[in-house]
Amino acid sequence: MSGDVHIVGAGIHPFGRHDGRTGLDLGVFAIQQALADAGLDWAQMQFGFGGSYAAGSADSVLPRMGLTGIQFINVANGCATGGSALLSGYWAIKSGEFDLGIVVGFDKHPRGAFGFKASDWGLPHWYGDIGLLQTTQFFGLKIQRYAALHGISPLALARVAEKAFANGSLTPHAWRREAIPLERIQASEMVSDPLSKLMFCSPSEGGAALILASDRKLRELGLAGPRICGASVRTRPEGSFEVFAPSLSSSSGTSPTELAAAAAFEMAGVGPQDIDLAQLQDTDSGAEIMHMAENGFCAHGEQEAWLAEDATRLGGRLPVNTDGGCLASGEPIGATGLRQIYENIMQLRGQAGDRQVAGARLAYSQVYGVPGLSAVTILES
Amino acid sequence: MTADPVSQAAPPLADGLFGRSADGELHLRGGVHRATGRIVFPFPEGGEEAGYDSLPLPRRGTLWSFTIQRFPPVAPPYAVDISGGFTPFALGYVELDGPVIVETRLLADSFDDLRIGTPAELALETLVLLDRGPVTSFAFRVPAA
Repeated sequence: MSGDVHIVGAGIHPFGRHDGRTGLDLGVFAIQQALADAGLDWAQMQFGFGGSYAAGSADSVLPRMGLTGIQFINVANGCATGGSALLSGYWAIKSGEFDLGIVVGFDKHPRGAFGFKASDWGLPHWYGDIGLLQTTQFFGLKIQRYAALHGISPLALARVAEKAFANGSLTPHAWRREAIPLERIQASEMVSDPLSKLMFCSPSEGGAALILASDRKLRELGLAGPRICGASVRTRPEGSFEVFAPSLSSSSGTSPTELAAAAAFEMAGVGPQDIDLAQLQDTDSGAEIMHMAENGFCAHGEQEAWLAEDATRLGGRLPVNTDGGCLASGEPIGATGLRQIYENIMQLRGQAGDRQVAGARLAYSQVYGVPGLSAVTILES
Repeated sequence: MTADPVSQAAPPLADGLFGRSADGELHLRGGVHRATGRIVFPFPEGGEEAGYDSLPLPRRGTLWSFTIQRFPPVAPPYAVDISGGFTPFALGYVELDGPVIVETRLLADSFDDLRIGTPAELALETLVLLDRGPVTSFAFRVPAA
């Protein structure tokens, strides 16, 4: 096996709504920015992995960037597409086969909640007919039970959203850039109890791209960038509670996030207590709370006290979703996982401006996708 | 196809969804995976069917989790006719005595009656689908608190 893999360039197209631009435009913008950031040319890229859910084939960036004949593979792994693209690029270099390449994710979704087709998920037609094929329900159902078992209050759910918009107000690439008072979040209309409208992210648009290099290439070209010290993707084990499940096993099991976290920590040789900041999938405020424990940062139920003590705010003991996460940036499925890593790179470089976590050395990211998988990446400066 | 076990005015939501026990009681049909013993609902269709035995599911259980669908679900796939206006509905998971936890629409006099751990019992609900008209669907009813 080859040596370490580094991220030597990063680009992002601000998330949000961009009338007049295609999803592909956002992806190409991010690639161009990542190349400029690294001081490299497209012609130097040896491979690409890319994903988009609703904005066409990621391979469509090739005619725009240059038909150099490189290996380019489209990646599709639900909301974990970006994390999966990064893992693919990581292994391409780790295997020793390649030295320099790019991963990209972009998307552009229609307004309103995501629409799905039952047969795409191996489900009977009637499941969608009667109104059960709606991802927002799963997030409500999961935190409803979790809150009852582990003592999570409606106030804690509102605090997560309030923090997200406060962080988003400090983030140039975020969509929602205005802080929202706690009272307004608590008073916003219910969408899927116990989650209100301002506790949910919305489908949006955005693009992000990262350039990966081997140790050898890094030295040869005089590049710099954080090292990928842990990376994993894991799928749902028997007994886990996942989206789009007409039935569940009575004996509850572990979750894909717990598996992915354990694998990435083991690979990195560090533990949750070593991490300086974390980007955790926050499709809704409940998801961030559950992911704090599923990723090993606290025990189940401790989130209530953590949030009351501002432990996950900027300046707290573990800042979480420092750029406002999905709540502030929305969810362009193909791009979210790479946005998280982009934010971690900015933090590790000390380029995160007003949201900078002082002295950040180890940064963690986790993205969750339908129908039940999780991707984790740990970066070291 | 087997005779309609529901015998309601409206046809069942799907063939094979319901069964009727020897004692005449209607039940949901689950499946037991022969190789692992794992119990699933609904009884699998298509190529997966061969590995499963049919299992009548208990009619009673307790509420495992719930939420309320406050906005009209995205259509399609949502096929219930809401041209007369959308009414929010409750849904959740019911842990059936013993084998499995089933996702279902919930019937309650008031959303305030919904509590994790409250008893729930199989009930029939007539839904009017855009392309098929009235169908007999399944739900679980929770008692008034």
